[in-house]
Amino acid sequence: MSAPARTPAGAPGSLTGPGSSGGVGTDAARPDGTLKVRGEFAYGSDLWMEDMLWGTTLRSPHPYARIRSIDVGPALAVPGVRAVLTSDDVPGAKVYGLELADQPVLAVDVVRYQGEPVALVAADHPETARLAAARIVVDYEVWEPVTDARTALGHPRWNQVHDGTAQVTELSRESAHLHPEGNLVRHLKVRRGDPAPTADVVVVGEYEVGMQDQAFLGPESGLAVPAEDGGVELYVATQWLHVDQRQICAALGLAPEQVRLTLAGVGGAFGGREDLSMHVHACLLALRTGRPVKMSYNREESFFGHVHRHPATMRYEHGATRDGDLVYVRAAIYFDGGAYASSTPAVVGNGGTMGIGPYVVPNVHVDCFGAYTNNPPCGAMRGFGSVQTAFAYESQMDALAAELGMDPVELRCRNAMEQGSEAITGQVVDSPAPVVELLRRLEAMPLPEPAPDDLRHRPGGVSNTTHGEGVRRGVGYAVAYKNVGFSEGFDDYSTARVRLEVVGGEPTVTVHTAAAEVGQGLVTVEQQIARTELGVDRVVVAPKDTAVGSAGSTSASRQTYVTGGAVKAACEAVRARVLERAAGVTGRPAAQLRLFDGAVVGEGLELPLAEVLGDDAVEETLEWRHRPTEAIDPETGQGFAHVQYAFSAHRAVVDVDTELGLIKVVEMACTQDVGKAINPQAVVGQIQGGTAQGLGLAVMEEILIRDGRVQNPSFTDYLIPTILDMPPMRIEILEYADPHAPYGLRGVGEAPNISSGPAVLAAIRAATGLPLTRVPVRPEHITGV
Amino acid sequence: MRFLQPTTWAEALEAKTVHPDAVAIAGGTDVMVAVNFGRLRPAALLDLTRVGELQEWGTEDGVVRLGAGVPYARVITELGDRLPGLAMASRTIGSPQIRNRGTVGGNLATASPAGDAHPALLAADAEVEVASVRGTRTIPISDFYRGVKRSALAADELIAAVRIRPPSGPQQYSKIGTRNAMVIAVAAFGLALHPDRRAVGTGIGSAAPTPRRATAAEDFLAGELASAGLWESRAELPATTAARFGELVASAAAPIDDVRGTAAYRVHALSVMARRTLGWAWTEYRTSKEV
Repeated sequence: MSAPARTPAGAPGSLTGPGSSGGVGTDAARPDGTLKVRGEFAYGSDLWMEDMLWGTTLRSPHPYARIRSIDVGPALAVPGVRAVLTSDDVPGAKVYGLELADQPVLAVDVVRYQGEPVALVAADHPETARLAAARIVVDYEVWEPVTDARTALGHPRWNQVHDGTAQVTELSRESAHLHPEGNLVRHLKVRRGDPAPTADVVVVGEYEVGMQDQAFLGPESGLAVPAEDGGVELYVATQWLHVDQRQICAALGLAPEQVRLTLAGVGGAFGGREDLSMHVHACLLALRTGRPVKMSYNREESFFGHVHRHPATMRYEHGATRDGDLVYVRAAIYFDGGAYASSTPAVVGNGGTMGIGPYVVPNVHVDCFGAYTNNPPCGAMRGFGSVQTAFAYESQMDALAAELGMDPVELRCRNAMEQGSEAITGQVVDSPAPVVELLRRLEAMPLPEPAPDDLRHRPGGVSNTTHGEGVRRGVGYAVAYKNVGFSEGFDDYSTARVRLEVVGGEPTVTVHTAAAEVGQGLVTVEQQIARTELGVDRVVVAPKDTAVGSAGSTSASRQTYVTGGAVKAACEAVRARVLERAAGVTGRPAAQLRLFDGAVVGEGLELPLAEVLGDDAVEETLEWRHRPTEAIDPETGQGFAHVQYAFSAHRAVVDVDTELGLIKVVEMACTQDVGKAINPQAVVGQIQGGTAQGLGLAVMEEILIRDGRVQNPSFTDYLIPTILDMPPMRIEILEYADPHAPYGLRGVGEAPNISSGPAVLAAIRAATGLPLTRVPVRPEHITGV
Repeated sequence: MRFLQPTTWAEALEAKTVHPDAVAIAGGTDVMVAVNFGRLRPAALLDLTRVGELQEWGTEDGVVRLGAGVPYARVITELGDRLPGLAMASRTIGSPQIRNRGTVGGNLATASPAGDAHPALLAADAEVEVASVRGTRTIPISDFYRGVKRSALAADELIAAVRIRPPSGPQQYSKIGTRNAMVIAVAAFGLALHPDRRAVGTGIGSAAPTPRRATAAEDFLAGELASAGLWESRAELPATTAARFGELVASAAAPIDDVRGTAAYRVHALSVMARRTLGWAWTEYRTSKEV
């Protein structure tokens, strides 16, 4: 029945890199860099086996409908079709999910979003599979979709006011439940201080953030190969192999040892690969047909094949003394989770617990909701609940500064969190929190010159819309913070296997983890840590797979911290054993020996590792955890929720063509505390990339939804910044060690994605004098027509 | 799907006669996108990239004859002086890779209201040379666009070339996109001043079912320039004239709300682009030497 497991073309190999060396703190070269630059790196979409079939997915055209019947007969009749599957063919659990198992592997009776998978086809050729899928007859009873988070929860809509307390003008109808337990995924409350505070100066604002997409370039792709033991090998581009494995096993009704995953080449992730896409589907088709099955979405399908960033509507009320001391913040935050829960509970957790920004406020009242609707499912994306709220709280700080007649940076510094401050969760910030320094350093940087006489430096670029007419410049600041790692009591660990041996006369370390390399450079960091800890230049990074224990997710800016911590700990264990051996050989105490440059060294001693190890390999595998966090109190939101915070600040300088509403971001400056830059060049890359993604949300990136339907599922109309949209950057990296973290490091990737957009928005407001409460800002918002 | 690959113009016309349902493909920047998204499954593709004649341009009786297969990149580098409006439009198109592939002939064949070349061709009074085994005919550009992605091209015809008279005055082109490069036009405007004929040419893109001229604006401006003797005096253009020109250009549009922008914004943007481009063109005219 099943074919023997073989290795497909495009499966990952071990990485060693170009032979350049470098330990912790150096700009060590990426081991996969040359391959990627030369176009030789195999991504998930490059996987290939001679006898493989192609799988395709039939998706719902409706955002909300009951399935009366499915007739797969016409599809099966197409020559070259090998299998057509529906939910009846899912042998195990029919639903899956990261936090709540509520999402069908294939639709069961009801579809809840446009693009929900309904049926699968495997065929000899992808065109045949697509043709056959189009012939499946699905009889839908189309229902009216619920497309607004507050409507879904039966909550009142806000009056659009910006200068006083919002009035409830109408109570919306309470929607029918999209899920049996109702449409509320999570309601997080933070209650702190006086429940009815008053203040000299009060600023109220309502804000809206559109739906951003991760827009990774490598579409969802993988290859499932049936194995002789009745199990399956899955090569897939993903972010967390073991959480995939858990969900796949449940759906297939197989044991973990029967479902073996290997990370295929990943072309970007940004949270969009945390949820399953084609994983179970390809396995189902492979097990049914006994043939390898490849699935690779095209760009349009990719927009329906992964979760997006939650759109948010937010209402904030800030109260302060006339001197500018924050007295209270009240906030109501609504995240539209779309049809299925995905990461919504955790997004609500972040949005709520960090929802007022890195400021000290004695009285806080936050309600943060995640709702089910019939919009596309939303889940993880870089910044994870903090991106949305930062637009609101930083806009509020600017509005408050204006109301007080105070400089916006001054107001922020006056209220900034510092080490020893209490966050709104009551958690004491127990490592450096240099919010003031980040802002002051930005302020001290010189401002850019006026734009040169070159279209490429004007709003509109080479489209030749202005030669300076209507252009005004604005400067804006924003600061943000973000938790690093998984929070609220999650057992957040990683596993590392490290082996030291002599290969061909050369000491060689092999690092084996399941931590997904998604482009961020973790493979480089793994090598650097091994070089530093073991004094060995040649470090091989083994393919990422489930043959080793879980590394946790490549999310939450956590892998350098957690998997880096695991690799460091495993190296230390290996080193201890090697030094013990060396102590036996030399008669010196191990405590007087260390590893350096491929040798055991001590005072007047240099013993090559080859002589210590001979033909033996020293290998250690261990799990490593960061210090535990705890669940927050459900009524007050108080608790030690987060293990670490990352802080960054941006200054944006923007030229706006106020007459046409076009924008040119002239310069982005960023300051960020990274604790310790393990690879400074990679840190700069993360800051540049995060900044660009935040800028994109501020001025162009949005999945437009109308009546639950996606209007722009292509890179023709879902726009991401080009080189003419993303300006040069000034970056200053601070390294204040977090005493709780390996090497003192802080997660880097998300913070700059959070503070970037609000700074751009502030600069556009400064240039135009408009309130601008919605992102992305469109030309119409600026021109008023 | 048949794949036809003629190597001469005669073969190409013959193939199009035998396979009138074949879709001609040059750079493929429209056709292949449609094929890859599953929106186009033509019975046959007629590849014109091997037809050498289409890749050439030349001058006949002072008129530039631009082969339908000349890519935008060459319009920019080789024809920036002779066809300034079209070259400016070409610079706004896509990425360097797209400009290396995409052709003016392909832009015409697709006849999208958002095609970037159209406003420049309209403003310059271009003519489209089309051919079939029945013979060759020349279609004035204003008559070429017949509806959304529909043109005057017959089923057996192929676009051979575009004929454009070199400018006797300044030309301008301006395009709105919601990003500063690689963007489809939300609205576009082409302008040509024709001092030799005392005429004004305009072209509007992405703001009506087809690319179109703003004839009332052309007539208004030509009339103002003539009555005030401005062609001869090269004096400053009254601000009210430029503003009125902008309004008339905007009023020639018939845009819709879509994912790229609202109708109201398109109208507004056209008035601004028309006013600004006229200002730039007039400044260039005023400061250029009399010929």
